[in-house]
Amino acid sequence: MNQFKKASKQLSIFVTAGYPKLNSLNDQLNLLEANGVDFVEVGIPFSDPMADGPTIQETSDLALKNGMNLELLFEQLNERTSTLPLVLMGYLNPVLSYGIDRFLESCNRVGVRSVILPDMSLEIYERFYRDQFEKYEVFPSFLITPTSSTQRIQRISKVCKNSFVYLVSSNATTGGKSTFNADQAKTYQSIRENCGETPLFIGFGIDSKEKVEYVQEVSHGAIIGSAYLKALGLNKEKDFLKSIR
Amino acid sequence: MTKIASLPDEMGFYGDFGGAYVPELLRPNVEELALAFKEKKNDPVFHSTYISMLEDYVGRPTPLYLSEKLSTKHDCTIYLKREDLNHTGAHKINNAIGQILLAKSMGKTQIVAETGAGQHGVATATACALMDMECIVFMGEIDIERQAPNVQRMEFLGAKVVPATSGSKTLKDATNEAIRYWINHPDAYYLIGSVVGPHPYPEIVAHFQSIISKEIQEQLKKKTGKSSPSKVIACVGGGSNAAGAFFHFYDEENVELIAVEAAGHGLKSGKSAATSILGTPGVLHGSMTLLMQDEFGQVTEPHSISAGLDYPGIGPLHAYSIDSGRTKSIPVTDQEALIAAQELTKSEGIIPALESAHALAALNSVELEPSDIVVVNLSGRGDKDLSTYLK
Repeated sequence: MNQFKKASKQLSIFVTAGYPKLNSLNDQLNLLEANGVDFVEVGIPFSDPMADGPTIQETSDLALKNGMNLELLFEQLNERTSTLPLVLMGYLNPVLSYGIDRFLESCNRVGVRSVILPDMSLEIYERFYRDQFEKYEVFPSFLITPTSSTQRIQRISKVCKNSFVYLVSSNATTGGKSTFNADQAKTYQSIRENCGETPLFIGFGIDSKEKVEYVQEVSHGAIIGSAYLKALGLNKEKDFLKSIR
Repeated sequence: MTKIASLPDEMGFYGDFGGAYVPELLRPNVEELALAFKEKKNDPVFHSTYISMLEDYVGRPTPLYLSEKLSTKHDCTIYLKREDLNHTGAHKINNAIGQILLAKSMGKTQIVAETGAGQHGVATATACALMDMECIVFMGEIDIERQAPNVQRMEFLGAKVVPATSGSKTLKDATNEAIRYWINHPDAYYLIGSVVGPHPYPEIVAHFQSIISKEIQEQLKKKTGKSSPSKVIACVGGGSNAAGAFFHFYDEENVELIAVEAAGHGLKSGKSAATSILGTPGVLHGSMTLLMQDEFGQVTEPHSISAGLDYPGIGPLHAYSIDSGRTKSIPVTDQEALIAAQELTKSEGIIPALESAHALAALNSVELEPSDIVVVNLSGRGDKDLSTYLK
């Protein structure tokens, strides 16, 4: 059964593994679980994150300097006590370097059911990796944008039926400014319909209670990344979590 | 081996290398571009506009110059393909002109580019000035420092030069920033400078640079009666001048193709940019290629004295051609390149770019027969490198 389907008005937080400290991840997961977060995206740091803005770039750089890598990440995930559903999010190269089969097998072993690799396009997935994902029962999730065609959304939502569709709020790198208006509500409504049974979450530029609530109205929930990482960098993550509730 | 002229496939692959590994955010951008290129590639009107601009504005064809001094020294026949005599001083303008025409035909008004040594940045700024386009060039902070004259040229031409301050602050990071800018401004045209990046870029850039080998064929035929040399030598960072110099010879098996890699302080020094020798397959900047990376798949910071070769990847076309044995790669160190630059300057009165000096230095390590006809692609002139040469 799809673990992202359970409720409406969900909240997801993105954290970079290995940030701010090499071993921060499990404390983070516990904190987020205690604060009612529904699922967590765990970022795999990469040296060249081309779709990310400055905040995630910086946390990624620091995590790499701290010594984070996939081997260590799976060890940490194996020791976690949090029961939150997890999504691993990162770029393809560290995953290929670790070995695609080994990566998916490790995901399966530690109970990670979904993965987002933004530079693994749907076409690349279908040509090279689908069989392996299916073999290890790990479900990919793909991004769409407000300007994606109906046909594209329907095709992606079918592939994501066991995970979710990730709608980026606007055509921008992560951590930018998002603004929402009445016109967009219509766009989101129609995107949601085109996703059918597949849950739809919205992320990129979500940084306030108002935006979280807006996004939760028009989709299954909100994903926060850069805004949370900024607060975390200032030791203000608890205040931030309170402020968006 | 598949005929290289028939590659890439529909998804942009040269064998296992290439493709478009782009986030969904960039998909409409690369699809729009692929469509426009497919339409213009064989359009005779587009082609004749491109060729007449190369002739009247850039100054093509560039000479194929018989270097008697080098020929005597190496006891064979050595020609220099004088790309340094192009307007703006390097081969980069061939591609900038081609892509700016493509951008114009797509109705674009803003151009974004990355640059390493600044040669591509200058070429792009030049083409933008000519065609009334807004121009933004990302350049690594370190490169801005070591290639100051080119920064001034770009700015004088009206381009906005934006320092890339992330990562190693060189070409790789300038490319990241240019891609991010493109994600945030999908209406801009990203004018990439080498045969790297997601499909269709490697194919586009190779296409617009292939004029180099086409001219070599014609000029050589006139001078020697044969249209094929025995060897073509070119330096490779991302690989645009090599792609251009090799292009029409790929499927002529008798022509030996030699890609010269920047070995920096030496192959085993840990400070080099010899991607095709030290690299392993991986994904960077939207394509599967050979990469300098650590055991965890993090891209490592390359080193070369030449800012134009200081790139941790290599075009997928080269990755394929080297991997399949068609192209041979040879390492040349910083020191060897400096000596070769000095030698050409003193003997022929030609100051080569540091990048091109790597190709010249390879003459010392390639086995040469007296009957050999060798073409070295002199990709650019060395004015920008004077401060390094005078040190």
